[in-house]
Amino acid sequence: MGETPEPFVRFKDVQKTYDGEILVVKNLNLDIAPGEFLTMLGPSGSGKTTCLMMLAGFETPTNGQILLGGNELNTVPPHKRGIGMVFQNYALFPHMSVAENLAFPLEVRRMSQADAAAKVKRALDMVELGEFGARRPAQLSGGQQQRVALARALVFEPDLVLMDEPLGALDKNLREQMQYEIKHIHENLGMTVVYVTHDQSEALTMSDRIAVFNDGVIQQLARPADLYERPENAFVAQFIGENNKLIGKVDQVDGDTCVVDVDGYKIRALNVAHEGVGSSTTLSLRPERVSLAPSDGEVPNNFDAKVLELIYLGDHIRCRVSVCGDDEFIVKVPNASGHATINEGDDVRVGWTAEDCRALDVWQG
Amino acid sequence: MAVVSDGAGMLRTADGVPLKQALARATRVNKIKAFLLVAPLLVFILITFIVPILDMMTRSVSSPEVVDALPKTIAELVKWDGTDLPPEAAFAAMAAEMSDKKNKFYLGKAAARLNFQKSGFRSLFNKSQRKIKRVKQGPFKDAFAKIDKRWAQSATWNIIRNASGRYTDVHYLNAIDMNRDPAGEIAAQPKIKRIYVTLFERTIYVSFGVTILCLILAYPISYLLATLPLKTSNLLMILVLLPFWTSLLVRTTAWIVLLQANGVLNDLFVFFGIVNDENRIRMIYNMTGSLIAMTHILMPFMVLPLYSVMKTISPTYMRAARSLGANPFTAFVRVYMPQTVPGIGAGSILVFILAIGYYITPALVGGQSGQLISNLIEYHMKKSLNWGLAAALGGLLLIGILVLYWLYNRIVGIDKMKFG
Ligand SMILES: Nc1ncnc2c1ncn2[C@@H]1O[C@H](COP(=O)(O)OP(=O)(O)OP(=O)(O)O)[C@@H](O)[C@H]1O
Ligand SMILES: [Mg+2]
Repeated sequence: MGETPEPFVRFKDVQKTYDGEILVVKNLNLDIAPGEFLTMLGPSGSGKTTCLMMLAGFETPTNGQILLGGNELNTVPPHKRGIGMVFQNYALFPHMSVAENLAFPLEVRRMSQADAAAKVKRALDMVELGEFGARRPAQLSGGQQQRVALARALVFEPDLVLMDEPLGALDKNLREQMQYEIKHIHENLGMTVVYVTHDQSEALTMSDRIAVFNDGVIQQLARPADLYERPENAFVAQFIGENNKLIGKVDQVDGDTCVVDVDGYKIRALNVAHEGVGSSTTLSLRPERVSLAPSDGEVPNNFDAKVLELIYLGDHIRCRVSVCGDDEFIVKVPNASGHATINEGDDVRVGWTAEDCRALDVWQG
Repeated sequence: MAVVSDGAGMLRTADGVPLKQALARATRVNKIKAFLLVAPLLVFILITFIVPILDMMTRSVSSPEVVDALPKTIAELVKWDGTDLPPEAAFAAMAAEMSDKKNKFYLGKAAARLNFQKSGFRSLFNKSQRKIKRVKQGPFKDAFAKIDKRWAQSATWNIIRNASGRYTDVHYLNAIDMNRDPAGEIAAQPKIKRIYVTLFERTIYVSFGVTILCLILAYPISYLLATLPLKTSNLLMILVLLPFWTSLLVRTTAWIVLLQANGVLNDLFVFFGIVNDENRIRMIYNMTGSLIAMTHILMPFMVLPLYSVMKTISPTYMRAARSLGANPFTAFVRVYMPQTVPGIGAGSILVFILAIGYYITPALVGGQSGQLISNLIEYHMKKSLNWGLAAALGGLLLIGILVLYWLYNRIVGIDKMKFG
C-alpha cells in the first residue's frame, strides 16, 4: 500500500490529554489510505482506544486535527460521521432482536421498510446468520454475537469501519476463524478498516499495515513482514515476535555495519538506530536466524555457547544457550531430518550474519 | 438398606442404595436446613402480618353481634314476611332478651353495629332496655310502641333482620357508598353520606400523581447518579438518601414550615413581589400539600430501583447507537430508555403501593381536601370503632394492589423487576 497523495483518514499533530497532566496521545501523525486495513497494535494503556474514540467522535483531540476524506472532523458529532464501529463487548441492543439491531442504523437514516429489510437480510447472509434474525442477542453464542455486531457496523455501508479489539472475548479457535472472516469481508467490500488489538499474531495475519503504539507514540508504522524482519527500535523488536536482546557499546562503524562490544565479545551488526561510536545499543536477533555449528568463515559472528535447556515443540526445538555473557539467548532449531542431536550441557558453536543482527536504540522497558 | 432386586437399569450407589433414593435423602436434608433457617422469619411474618390481615379480612365480612345478642328474636324475625309488623312472639322474645342482665354486653355491641346501619339505634336500645325491664306482662307489641314509636315501624325491624346474618356484605357495600334498604335491596347511599368512592378516586389520583412526579424527578437524578464518576455520585447518593435518615415527622413538619401561608416560601414570594400580601398561595393543608410532601418522601423508592438498573447499562450502548447514526435524543429514547423499563416498573409499583396506603403525611399536611382513604380507615379504627368497615376499606385497597400486581406481571413480568 503506497502513500497516496489524498489519504482517506489523516491524523495531523493530534494530541490528547484527559487530565491536563499526562499526554495519552503525543503528537500523532498518521495517514490511512482508502481501502486499507490498518491495525493499531500496542500494550495496554498505550492510547489505541483513545485514538479510535477521537476518530469516532466520542473524544475530542486536545490539539491537532483529524480529517476524513479531506474534511475536518473535529466539530462533526459522532452520528453524522457515518463511521461503522464494532465494540469489544459488541454493544448489541438487548431489547431488540437481531434483525431490529441491524435495521436500527437504516431506520435512523429514514430508509424505507422494504429497502431496509432487504439490506438486513443481505447483511445477515453475509455473516451466515440468515436464520437468526428473530432471536435476541442474549440467545446467541459469543461468536454469533460478534458476527451480528460486525453485520450491524457494515449494514449501512460505511466507508470506514473501526474495530476495537472485536475478538478479545472469543476463544482461540473462534478468534482465528473470525480473523479470516473479517479479512474476507474486507477484501469483498473494500471499505477502510482501522483495527485495534494487542494480539500481535492477529495484527500480523490481518493487516495491510500495522502501527505499533507505545506510550502514546507510534513506534513504527509498516507492513507486517517489515515490522517483524526490520524493527526500527528496541521496543518494536521486543514487542513483535520473539527476540534475543544483547546490550553493548558501539566500537566502530564501517558503512552499513558496525562492531558492538558485548561483554568483551565483538559482534558485527547492521546499523539501524544507534547513536554512533561510543553509544549504548541493543542488538536484536530473531531466534530462528541463529544457526548451530556454522562452518568457519560462513558468518561474521561465530561464538562458543553452552546449552542450558531444551524444549521440544514438535516442529522445532527451543534451545536456551549461554553466549556472549547472556544466559537467556534462545536458538530455534528446526526439527528437520538429520539435524544434529544436542543435549543439555553440550558445548556448541552458534553464529549469525550481520544483516540479521540489528543495532537499535536502548529501550528501558 | 435391604437389597431390592430390580432390573438392570436401576443405578445404585457404591453401598447398594438406589441412586434416586440417595439423592432424595440428600436433598431432603438440605430442604430441612433451609426451612429451619427461614423458620424464625416465617413465624414472625405469620404472627405480625398474615394473621392480622386474615383477622381483618374476616371482620370485613362477619357480623355476629346482632345474632349473638338476640338469637330468639332473630329466630322469630326470620319467619316474618317483612311487611307490616313482626308477630307478638318476636316482641316477646326481644323483651326477654333485653331484660336479661347477662346479655347486657352483647346488647351493647349489637346496638353499636345497628347504629352504623342507621344512627339512633344505640339510644333506642339503651332506652328500651331500661324501660322494658319493668314490663312484666304482654302484649309486648304495645309496650315497645309506647317506649318508642320506632318499634311500631316495620323499617326498624327490617334493619334488625337484615343485620342478623353471621356474615354480611354490608361493610363492603358501605365501603363503595351503597347500602341495603329496609327491603334488603342494594341501593346507593343518600348523596350526603357518599364519601368513600370519592376518597378512593382521590387516593388513586394522588398516588398516580405522586408516582408520575417521582418518576419525572427521579429519572434524571438516577441517570446522573449512574453516569457520574464514583466520587461525585456517592455524594449525590447521600443527598438522595438523606430523607431516609430523617424522621418522617420531622420531614413533614419541615414542609409545613416551608409551605404554610406565613411560611418561608410565601414570605419569599411576597418579598419578591410575585404575590401580594393578601393573597398568599395556599400550598399546604390541601391536596397540593399532600402531593408535595408525599413526592418528597417517596422519591428514594423511585431513585433506587432506577439507579440500580441504570448502573448496569453500559455507556457503550449509547455510543453504539450514536455511531450507527442516531442523534443523542433518538439514541436515548430508542436505546437507553427501553433498557430502563424494569427500573421504571419496579419504582412505579413501589411508589404507587406505598402512596396508596399513605396516611401520616396526608393527615398532617392534607387538610380537608388532601385526606386519603387511609385516613378514613384510621378514623374507623380509632374513633368510630367500626372495624368491619375499616377492614372492608382496607380489603378493597388490598384487592386493588393485587390487581395492579397481576397487571404488571402480565405486561412487564415480575421477574424483570429490579429493586436494587
Ligand atoms: N476517560 C478517561 N479518563 C481518563 N483517563 C483515561 C480515560 N480513558 C483512557 N484513559 C487513560 O488513557 C490512557 C490510554 O488509554 P486507552 O484506553 O487509549 O489505552 P488502550 O491502548 O486502548 O489500552 P487497552 O489495550 O488496555 O485497551 C490510559 O493510561 C488510560 O488510563
Ligand atoms: Mg482499549
